[in-house]
Amino acid sequence: MYAIDLKGIKKVYKGGVEALKGISLKVQEGDFYALLGPNGAGKSTTIGIISSLVNKSAGQVTVFGFDLDNQLEQAKSQIGLVPQEFNFNQFEPPLQILVNQAGYYGIKRKEAYIRAEKYLKQLDLWEKRDEPARELSGGMKRRLMIARALMHEPRLLILDEPTAGVDIEVRRSMWEFLQKLNAQGVTIILTTHYLEEAEMLCRNIGIIDKGCLVEDTSMKSLLARLDSEIFILDVDPLTHLPSSKSFKITQSDENTLEIELSKQLSLNKVFEELTAQGVRVNSLRNKANRLEELFLELVEKGSINDK
Amino acid sequence: MINSNYAIALKSIWIKEINRFLRIWIQTLVPPAITMTLYFVIFGNLIGKRIGEMGGFDYMSFIVPGLIMMSVITNSYSNVASSFFSAKFQRNVEELLVAPVPNYIIIWGYIGGGVARGLMVGFIVTCVSLFFVDLQIFNIFVLLLSVLCTSILFSIGGLLNAIFARTFDDISIIPTFVLTPLTYLGGVFYSISLLPDFWQGVSHFNPVFYMINAFRYGFLGIADVSLVWSFSIIGLFIVVLYSIVALLLKKGIGTRS
Repeated sequence: MYAIDLKGIKKVYKGGVEALKGISLKVQEGDFYALLGPNGAGKSTTIGIISSLVNKSAGQVTVFGFDLDNQLEQAKSQIGLVPQEFNFNQFEPPLQILVNQAGYYGIKRKEAYIRAEKYLKQLDLWEKRDEPARELSGGMKRRLMIARALMHEPRLLILDEPTAGVDIEVRRSMWEFLQKLNAQGVTIILTTHYLEEAEMLCRNIGIIDKGCLVEDTSMKSLLARLDSEIFILDVDPLTHLPSSKSFKITQSDENTLEIELSKQLSLNKVFEELTAQGVRVNSLRNKANRLEELFLELVEKGSINDK
Repeated sequence: MINSNYAIALKSIWIKEINRFLRIWIQTLVPPAITMTLYFVIFGNLIGKRIGEMGGFDYMSFIVPGLIMMSVITNSYSNVASSFFSAKFQRNVEELLVAPVPNYIIIWGYIGGGVARGLMVGFIVTCVSLFFVDLQIFNIFVLLLSVLCTSILFSIGGLLNAIFARTFDDISIIPTFVLTPLTYLGGVFYSISLLPDFWQGVSHFNPVFYMINAFRYGFLGIADVSLVWSFSIIGLFIVVLYSIVALLLKKGIGTRS
């Protein structure tokens, strides 16, 4: 079954701005799906339409088989939404925010308090349960929104840039939490600007650019399209620029080389040739996130095609 | 019959709304008590003694129902207007919009909050008035029905205002330029029989006049127009405003993109 099935979704805002130009997209139940795109590409509009915060101009949306036009409430019950911006009452304490939210989904107060305790503890917010939400740190506010979205135990969790502005430690703990949720069967759709995050968490990926879906594939097949990778090598001070017929070498400074290596070649080849030329390699790292390169390539291709 | 999930959702909105105005009681419950005490002292005690009787009652007894009603109107309206607009402003209205809650539950949820505050303030002002006048009740049923209907009507009015509002100024313009004049000209401080015929006619276009009229009847047993007419007008306004609000929420005007 598809967690979401979008058919020909269009959105034209007042003033004629066409945010979505007929997007069709299917996300399988149980998937961990990344929705990427530059700012203003239409990601948040897509999420807004799925969660019924934005009225679509055309097209059809079904959530676990429930049509958004005819079975709105059943469709809404399946979704937990973590929006990009903090959208809870800043004056209410986390415990009340969660209990109220559960109530909107028809969960009795007694049960709501039990669930609120569970999720506040899982997300390290229990100690802050009675403090006004505005006094929480940025990371805590993000986690509070995740806890709130989980109160009715949705089958589909949509996260719009959930780790924006949080430190690495919190980000990693959130990743771990989301992976556990996904392992329990919750379908997750994630938008993020941290492409490393998408690469690490998601099995499938869609890229939206200028209101169109320019890519919808598995993470593996997308990454397999990269035919070369760039590595940065920290080396002992260079006396001469080494050369190679197998790979491209550029010197960044006296201690740094950049190697562009075809996927057909192994790193052993690099070490062999450099060692033969008297270059000692002290450490090595990827120049950029691989997905980031592809993402830029796809988006730039779209821009060129537009011109 | 209401779906049990909806009943829980409705109760949740009520609890949230009531907690909201109780949490800031110093801003919501105390000011009406102080303002009305001043009205009672200045208009009732000091000036009222010189005015003498109105409608067969001493002036203080005459204005008490109007002043209680004025507090109920203002507080029901401003509770819903500020709460719903604040929810829009902070975007936490989205908590309700993404949930499987039908629009009529959202509307009655906010009305419930407005009515709760309106009636609570009305009760406080009534208690304050007991220090100044021996309050009599002519018809408790008419009194309670009129205050309840008025509170519902102005709660819907506050919601309508908040749906359209884009800034905090927008939720203070209507109370200042529409609500306050309508209330003052609705017969709080005088019987409209004192007015020239033309202005009496104009007063009949003021919905607040009918509310104060019915409420005063509940206390004193006197009325400028019949109760059936008064309740029909109030009912009509409730139906019209409710329909507009329901339509706006359905279309997402002021709430969805």
